[in-house]
Parts: sequence; structure tokens; C-alpha cells
Amino acid sequence: MAGPVWQFNCPVSVSAQSDCVTLAHGEGGRLMRRLLDHVIHPSLRIKPRFADAAFLRPTGNRLAFSTDSYVVSPLFFPGGDIGTLGVYGTCNDLAVTGAIPRWLSLSLIIEEGLPLPVLEKVLQSVAQTTAECQIQIVTGDTKVVPHGEIDGLFLNTTGIGELIDPIPPGPEGLQVNDVLIVSGPIGRHGIAILAAREQLDFQPAPASDCAPLFPAIQALRSAIGSEVRALRDATRGGVTAVLHEWAIASGKTLFLDESRIPVDSVTRSACELLGLEPLHLACEGTMLLAVASTHAEQAVSILRTIDVSRQAAIIGTVQPRTIAPVIIRRVLGREQSLDEPTGAPLPRIC
Amino acid sequence: MKYLDEYRDGLRAEQLMARIRSVVTRRWVLMEVCGGQTHSLLKHGIEAGLQDVIELVHGPGCPVCVTPVEVIDHAQELASQPGVTLCSFGDMLRVPGSESSLLQVRAQGGSVKLVYSPLEAVTFAQQHPDKQVVFFAVGFETTAPATALAVLQTHQRALKNFSLLVHHVRVQPAMEAIMQMPEVRVQAFLAAGHVCTVMGYDTYASFVERYRVPVVVTGFEPLDLLSGILECVKQLEAGTALVVNEYARIVRPEGNLTARQIVDQVYELTDQTWRGLGVISQSGYRLKPAWHQYDAARRFPFRQPSCDETQSVCHAGEVLSGRMRPTNCPSFGTRCTPESPWGAPMVSSEGACAAYYRYRLPIIN
Repeated sequence: MAGPVWQFNCPVSVSAQSDCVTLAHGEGGRLMRRLLDHVIHPSLRIKPRFADAAFLRPTGNRLAFSTDSYVVSPLFFPGGDIGTLGVYGTCNDLAVTGAIPRWLSLSLIIEEGLPLPVLEKVLQSVAQTTAECQIQIVTGDTKVVPHGEIDGLFLNTTGIGELIDPIPPGPEGLQVNDVLIVSGPIGRHGIAILAAREQLDFQPAPASDCAPLFPAIQALRSAIGSEVRALRDATRGGVTAVLHEWAIASGKTLFLDESRIPVDSVTRSACELLGLEPLHLACEGTMLLAVASTHAEQAVSILRTIDVSRQAAIIGTVQPRTIAPVIIRRVLGREQSLDEPTGAPLPRIC
Repeated sequence: MKYLDEYRDGLRAEQLMARIRSVVTRRWVLMEVCGGQTHSLLKHGIEAGLQDVIELVHGPGCPVCVTPVEVIDHAQELASQPGVTLCSFGDMLRVPGSESSLLQVRAQGGSVKLVYSPLEAVTFAQQHPDKQVVFFAVGFETTAPATALAVLQTHQRALKNFSLLVHHVRVQPAMEAIMQMPEVRVQAFLAAGHVCTVMGYDTYASFVERYRVPVVVTGFEPLDLLSGILECVKQLEAGTALVVNEYARIVRPEGNLTARQIVDQVYELTDQTWRGLGVISQSGYRLKPAWHQYDAARRFPFRQPSCDETQSVCHAGEVLSGRMRPTNCPSFGTRCTPESPWGAPMVSSEGACAAYYRYRLPIIN
């Protein structure tokens, strides 16, 4: 969208009462302090400390450390917004490695002209989701860039979590006959973003699965912790991308049964209409996990007691390596290699 | 899911396959016209499951695949022009022209917008009066009504900044061209269900009379395809050649009259160039003179028509006319892959090479 080009106005001339973010808000003076005091800190429900770094007091466990940037378009979509995505995304990355999410940094890169109510709404989502995930924002940064140089608002969150034993060995530890489980219907985030961005008029509108995975992971690990081999939230590239990474890391072939893969009817209708493969679409609150075959049924039962994973299902097994890293049995019984996604470009989903 | 699950029933599929096997006394050669059918046949393993009794050859019904390099080059030239935004269906973005693809043009600063409907491009033009917006109107009779409607809406809204680069093609003339090839082996057609939804199937009567081949209007789900194949082999075994509709839950004999009327209002027939197949008489649509003001080819004449398609290493023409199986192409899966395609059939979601690459890679030890 064409906007005004760079204007050589003195930043100080901008009204302090402006109802949108201006370049002056990022210049470090009185306006910036007002933005922090009147918008950012109250929206996030945090009390500022005037130090350049946060002090952390870990309880002695090893730490997990993860960072992610969020550039999703549109900023708001059914099921979430860039704020919920930024908190859940990093918390989920920590949780699937076996950590309890503890501390978070939040960096905002704001486009000049972003309405303050939009910023407030996003920050309120951040506050709500950090409270839900019991993670504490301990440091942050705010920058404003000229109109047209970014699209509205970008976020970065970096999280630190405390690792709880036994830490899942990860995909390198997959063993033949291990069972593959998904925690819920796949592809919902990808379809929700696509429908919202392209204004595809599906009824009902597809909603993102954006949600914290920690409660499900905690329940599972406290029951059968040593039997959980690997966990991964299936974000960009969807379940297929995770399967391919795991196949490479483990040197095994992962075998799927298409008829057992949960896909909700809204996602499925949209995929049929647009010619998309749900397995390739991003999830933001759905994970793939591998557990020992002896504990697979128990794992599914436990997951189904937690809201976020109420529709968990066994979708496949780990097999000795063949030429194909990932094989899928289609609904009519034919077994095929499942390739990695190379389809229509769908950038900026997270 | 209604209208889907009942057409993907494994047990009924097995029964239909057994029925096909019990009917055939020899191996028949069938062509499925539409690329969507090719993908479904490969994805569900029907092609492999029946290969000892039925040879399925894959037809020209992939709109992206049959668009000539020169037209893609023209679209790329438009996208590179300052002040011009080219709107296109997503399938077209990765298709190689003579030097690059629209995706590469966009990466180098060209203005290419992916749209899901031509009407979205009209709205975009209305919202951006400072830009010239060009819609890349490719496809068969299935997309022609929507692009025709875009012309009518542009006219209604009196937009001066919207035009279309039109390269529409028609299925039936391509089927005729295939039947006239000296080495033709096709003995029956699974006609493209979606095209028949728009155009009906009345016009196939003269086709079956002339070429003595059964034409069975067929859908896209596994049971639709198996029913179409069964009807073809029953006719071939009985020595008949009739037009039969096996997609009756969607297709009416006369098609969609409203859509046909809109197409007639905006387009007229023209000889059209097909990638790999050359010029086929009366096989395309062009804008009627009354709508020439919306013709992007007139508004922005092609400045650098330089490519020589005969130099291409891609065997698209042979693949699209059923004369070569994708896996018999010397470049398949080695030099030509979906990430680094040499021709459109390897990138399009309806391309035969893409179907083989996606669904027929080896899975043995």
C-alpha cells in the first residue's frame, strides 16, 4: 500500500496526545517515557524497573533458551493475534524441549502510524497469555520505524525455561515401533491465516489453534516421562516438515495412516476447495510426539484429559529406514512417499 | 464429510476395481483429460492399482502447463514495469518462462500479487487508482466465466486501470488435436468434470461420432474416477462409443447457462498456441472487440518476444498429449524437480510430472 514518503518534520512537533504511534515515540525522550508509562507497562500489567538488564534466579536446573520473531499478517485473526502468537510460540518451543517456561523478553518494532488502540490490544493479549503460561516478562525493547518500512507491528520474544528431568531424548532417540501421536486436529493455523488475509468468506471462519502446549506436556511427562521420545510443535511446514526432520535425525522411516490423522471439517473443506494438503499447513497449538509403543494408548488417554489436546490421536509408527523418509498409507490403502511441501507460497503465517 | 467421504470409501473402491478387472479382456488405453484427475488417480493409487489392465495416459488439462513461454514472459515483463501490478492465480507464480518465474521477478522487485479470484484483482484496482492492475487470465472454460465477469465489473465500475492478459484455452479442440496425431493411442476419454459443469457435454456427440471413442464425463474423487473407468471399459469391450455422464451429481447436459452466457458476451473463439502442442484451431478465447480497452496485450504490447520454445529441454508437449510418461523424460526427478523445474508440468498442482514426483517416488528398501 502506498503511503506518505519520508517527511522531514521535527519529531518534537508531534503532539504528545497523538492517538497513533509516531517516530517521536521511539526517540527516547518524554514521549517515549509516556508511551511506556501510559500504554506499554499498564497494558502488560508490569511495574517498570529502571535497569538495563534483568536479574534471574534459576532454581539450579539446566536452562533452555529459545528465540522467535513474529511478523504475521494480518495482526489479528480468528483464534488469536500477533501477541498471543508471540507468547505461545516461544513458550511452546521451550515446553517441547522439556522445560518449564519461566522468563520472557518482549521486543516491539512498530511502524509509525500504528493506532495506539491496536498496540494496546496486542499488549493486552500478551499480558493475558503470559499470565496463562505463568511466564514473566523481564526485559524488553521498543523501536519505531518510518511508515512503509515494516507492516504495522513485528514482535520478538526470547524465552528461558528450566529443564525438568527426564529430558526427552529428541528425534535422535526414536526407536523402531515407537508410536507417533498428534495432539489435535492439524493445519488450523495455516488455514485461519490464509482465510483472514485473503478474506476468503468461509462459514464458519476457520480459527487458529494458537494455544499453550505446556499443560498437556506436563500431564504427559509426569505420568510417562521416560517413555516420551520426542515432542515438537508443528509450526511452519506443518506436520510434514517435523516428520522429515525426525526421519533425518533418527535415520528411520516414519509411517503414517492418513485415515487416522485428525483434520477438522472447516480445515478439510477449505483444503479441498483450495487444493491444499493439511499435513503441510502450520499449527500453533498442536504438536507431534513420539512415545514408546508400550505406552501409546496411555499417552493418548492422558492427553485427552487436557483441553488443548482433547482430540489427540495415534497417526503412525517409526519403522526401519527405507528409501523414503516418510510414508503415508492413503485412504484406499495405497502406500506412498510423503514429500516435503513445495506448494503455493504462504509467507508470514507467524 | 458429505459429498467427499462417500466417494473415498475403500471397500467400494475395491469392489469397483474388481468389477473393472472382471470386464476387461485386454489392456485398454484411457486418457484422463484433466490434471486434477491425474493427481487424484496417482494420489489414491488407482493408476498403479490398475496398471496391468488399464494404461492411463495423462491429458492436456493443466492450464498452467499449456500456457506458452512467450505469454509467461509477457506477464513477467508487465510485472517488472514501474506502476504495474500483475495479479495471478498462485499456481502460475513458480512456472518457468524463458529465463525466470514470476516468483523470481517479484523477488527482484517486480509487483506480483497472488489472488484467489479475478474479482479480487478488480477490487484491488479500484482501491489503487494510481496503479495499472493486470490480471493474468489463463485457464480452461472453468476460469473463463470468472475472468469474463471481471471484465463486466470493470466496465460497470468504469475503472481505467484494470486490464487482462488473456490466454484462455478450450478442452475439446485439444482432444481433437490429440485424436488427429498420427501416433495416437487413446481409445477412450475420461472427460473433465469441472469443464463439463460449465460447458455441459452436448458438444461431445459429434466428437464420439467422428472419432469413434467413448467419452465419459468423470469427477475427481476415487469412486468417481473408478466409475468413469468402468464405463469406458464396458463400452470398449462392447464396441460402442457413446457420451455418458458419470458425474451426474454436478454436471447437466447443457452445463451452466449463466456462465456460458457471460463467456459469450465477453469472449470470441480464436486459434490459440499451446505450450508444446503448437497452434490449435479455434482452441482459445480472446476478448471481443467491444472489450479491447481491457486487453493488456494492447495496452502494454510485448516488447521483447525473444524466446524460442523449440530450444526447450522440457518434453511438456509429449507429456501433455499422452505420448510420453513423465518418468520416461530424461530430466525427470534429476535435473527437473519441483524446486528447480524445467517446465510447468513439474510445478503446477495439476501437472502430470508433479503428480508422479509427489505420489510415485519409490518406497521400497
